[in-house]
Amino acid sequence: MNCDEFAELVTAFLDDALDSSSRPLFLDHMAVCGGCAGYYGRFTATITALGELPAPGLSPQTRSRLLTAFRETSAENSE
Amino acid sequence: MSEGVVRLGEVTDFPPDPVIVAGLRSGDEAVFALLLDEWSRGMLRLARSYVSTAASAEEVVQDTWLAVIRAVGAFEGRSSLRTWVYRILVNTARRRGERESRTIPVSSVGGERPDGDRPERAEGGPEGAALAGEVRELIEQAVGTLPSRQRAVITLRDMEGYGSDEVCEILSISPANQRVLLHRARAAVRDHLAAYYDGKGGP
Ligand SMILES: [Zn+2]
Repeated sequence: MNCDEFAELVTAFLDDALDSSSRPLFLDHMAVCGGCAGYYGRFTATITALGELPAPGLSPQTRSRLLTAFRETSAENSE
Repeated sequence: MSEGVVRLGEVTDFPPDPVIVAGLRSGDEAVFALLLDEWSRGMLRLARSYVSTAASAEEVVQDTWLAVIRAVGAFEGRSSLRTWVYRILVNTARRRGERESRTIPVSSVGGERPDGDRPERAEGGPEGAALAGEVRELIEQAVGTLPSRQRAVITLRDMEGYGSDEVCEILSISPANQRVLLHRARAAVRDHLAAYYDGKGGP
């Protein structure tokens, strides 16, 4: 396995989707190639950082409009 | 090993689907409010993959919840409730995105709402605290330039922490296609960060 092939397979490796012949080749390459070991580390750090992004919520106006819509629809349905 | 770990987008004591669905059908407002508060952030982020402004994404999420209110009586439980809601969202957002691209060139919206890809009401709450502002901005920039299919996958998998099976179901794509889109998206974000650090001589 060369470095380009390694880089293409990182997500498959992380999803445990490599076949039984590629997986040992992937791990062997990482063990002997400092560049790819570094790439792997930065790749997984990026994934961690993506999971820490703040997420804005609904505006209070939209939220209360939706709660009102829910109440009205429920009232109609129970009539 | 990861069984006991609480991931973003999951709450351990969240009621199971039958309880939620029964609550919605009987008009239990507390149940609806719980869902709204639990899922709307992720829905806004996903909608943003398809439409051009945050205001537009908010309308997509609103329309989705209105559709859910109307249709929950017909929910058959063939998928999880969350998958069902997210599929409605994706359809709504795609339709709106197509309409936007036909009617308003993105550049002409600029004067009204130049919101770019910044989260408008990011309160800097506890979720964001761990990540340095600079890195956060770079990542948001990179995510903002991704094609919508890649952006949708990376949003669900890495930002919301959903599993690949659920993501395939929400987006109606194959596992192989999902992995390709996810890998391209991650590599693009990583490259954007690397270009920045290389320029600075940083890590
Ligand atoms: Zn290598």
